[in-house]
Amino acid sequence: MTGKPHTQGSKRRARARPRVLIDDASRDGRIDIDGMLDDRGTEIIVCCGSGGVGKTTTAAALALRAAEQGRKVCVLTIDPARRLAQSMGLTELDNSPRPVQGVEGDGSLDAMMLDMKRTFDEVVEAHASPEKAAQILSNPFYVALSSSFAGTQEYMAMEKLGQLHSEAVADDASSRRWDLIVVDTPPSRSALDFLDAPERLSSLLDGRFIKLLMAPAKGPARLLSAGLGIVTSALNKVLGAQFLTDLQTFIAAFDTLFGGFRQRAEATYALLQAPETAFLVVAAPERAAMREAAYFVERLAGEKMPLSGLVVNRVHDDDSSGITAAAAESAAARLRDGDDADQKTADLLTVRAERLRVGAREGRQRRGFTSAHPSVPTVSVAALSGDVHDLAALREIGRLLAG
Amino acid sequence: MSVAIATDLHIVTGKGGTGKTTVAAALAMALAGDGRKVLLCEVEGRQGIAQLFDVAPLPYEERKIAVGPGGGEVHALAIDPESALLEYLQMYYRLGRAGRALDRFGIIDFATTIAPGVRDVLLTGKVYEAAKRRSGDQFTYDAVVMDAPPTGRITRFLNVNSELAGLAKVGPIRRQADAIMQMMRAPSTHIHLVTVLEEMPVTETIDAIAELGTEKLPVSHVAVNLIQPDLLTTSTRDALINGSLDTETVGAALERVGLPPDAAGSLIDGGMDAAHRATLQTDNRAELADCGRPVVELARRPDGIDLGALYEMAEQLGDLT
Repeated sequence: MTGKPHTQGSKRRARARPRVLIDDASRDGRIDIDGMLDDRGTEIIVCCGSGGVGKTTTAAALALRAAEQGRKVCVLTIDPARRLAQSMGLTELDNSPRPVQGVEGDGSLDAMMLDMKRTFDEVVEAHASPEKAAQILSNPFYVALSSSFAGTQEYMAMEKLGQLHSEAVADDASSRRWDLIVVDTPPSRSALDFLDAPERLSSLLDGRFIKLLMAPAKGPARLLSAGLGIVTSALNKVLGAQFLTDLQTFIAAFDTLFGGFRQRAEATYALLQAPETAFLVVAAPERAAMREAAYFVERLAGEKMPLSGLVVNRVHDDDSSGITAAAAESAAARLRDGDDADQKTADLLTVRAERLRVGAREGRQRRGFTSAHPSVPTVSVAALSGDVHDLAALREIGRLLAG
Repeated sequence: MSVAIATDLHIVTGKGGTGKTTVAAALAMALAGDGRKVLLCEVEGRQGIAQLFDVAPLPYEERKIAVGPGGGEVHALAIDPESALLEYLQMYYRLGRAGRALDRFGIIDFATTIAPGVRDVLLTGKVYEAAKRRSGDQFTYDAVVMDAPPTGRITRFLNVNSELAGLAKVGPIRRQADAIMQMMRAPSTHIHLVTVLEEMPVTETIDAIAELGTEKLPVSHVAVNLIQPDLLTTSTRDALINGSLDTETVGAALERVGLPPDAAGSLIDGGMDAAHRATLQTDNRAELADCGRPVVELARRPDGIDLGALYEMAEQLGDLT
């Protein structure tokens, strides 16, 4: 495998440290969220985690909090719940950031939802001549690639992040449209697929397959060999000649664009490794989600990505009554046969006992993670009883995140 | 047992975090009654089945992992696209040498990671192969259960063979793609959606029913998982909501059983919270009831999922078999 931009990253890594001040944070092992949002050196926050743990909500709440603390923020969401999207004014998918209404303070908040196909089309249109672009956009292979390929969303999310960031830093520091970009990652089987994008593109481009497909366009004779004959005939046999022709036309037309894709993917990868970036892994306090979180944490460490910590959503540990689960249950049993007030109090005690047991179970999951990854700061967000539909609820989550 | 005309294929999908792997496994156990043989497969490389049954990671090889309630067998398989492609090339084209050449040229890698849809075609193709496989004059499996990709991706995943059919207009791949699509739409195929009683998963489920229906991939059942027990009686809930259950009343009752009366406020807050959640659960249940598909409910297992819990869930899933 060639072209993996590690050499580039490793130079920066020498001074790259997670932006959260570990000394401060590790005192109680808690992420200093406000410190992170307030630090002008934080330019990108990436929220990653498995599906259904509240990634998008966390990203939106952080973005709103940062904006209300005076930052100029853009939040890039992949697949928000309908009413969360509406709460940020994201009623149409036009693939460009729009200002969110109702943000308090001097900062600003723009939000956008990723349109994968449109992002891909725009890249093609921006980097190919008009007739070549038209040729690519109508190629059946491209149509399938840009709309259905399982990994396209990951590539396009990173492409868009790279675009937004270079747009942001193009202006000098005082007149920037954004000084912080918050992004949530796609809810895919492997939400970290985007980390592989540069390597995949490189191994593809440097691979013999592309050369083979390019052969007719670039003087065939040199590359022809016995091995090539076998391969071409095997592919024809399996796919049919027309499929291969479509693919060849596509690769030939796309040839000039591939290099640019690789360059930008490598630049984005280096940007993610840079000290301006902070990764937050988002989880829920359940076995499967915490296991996924551990995987993310290890994977990010392996890629030398600056991890700021773990956000655990939907936690039930807010007990202030000083009553244990066992005491609540036995008291409930005694009150069951009493008068109306007793019975209702018994109900409340039963609810409390259940909640304490859930909290204890979640505590075990969280402690399991902490013992395996003691250096990773965490922050817990209490479970809300309802769904998040408006800026007020996002603000409340932001407050809980900051602690 | 009469000779089956087709192996039943059950496709289980759901939003992340709803427990679709657990439901798929419980369904496989339910189907494995009366000496029947069932294959449970996963296609996302997460090793969720191995973790659930607490066994070592599954290889690309069918192996028995559990017995059903009536002495049937559940076999499991983790399908990965690379192995499926090499097996496919060998099985249908006897491409021993050329298959290796494809690998050397990076084509296996290309096909399974970059080429649009091929990955999904290979994954569904392997399921197709297992469902059609025969041992003698009987099908090898009485049923195949697939722990499928999440709801957000399911229509595209199941429909990928028609997309591929649009790309490859002739040839063996086209024939294969057509045969797989035919199976997906056959009466022996059952698509089940797993959800929880929360707003976003319920909305996604209702959307998916419509989306799959448009592609002639009808949804069979909706399984509502992780149902919270309703711990408040109606009268307590009403009293909480109208504010008649106050700290004084609750504090006095607490005092009678020797608990600190000043915990009353926090208990009432907790009760309000539970009442609110119960109301949301009821609303979401009502919304699902209108989805037009039969709904099966599964309670939250407070102590996690073990083999015993899977057997109990299998019993509750009887309607889906």
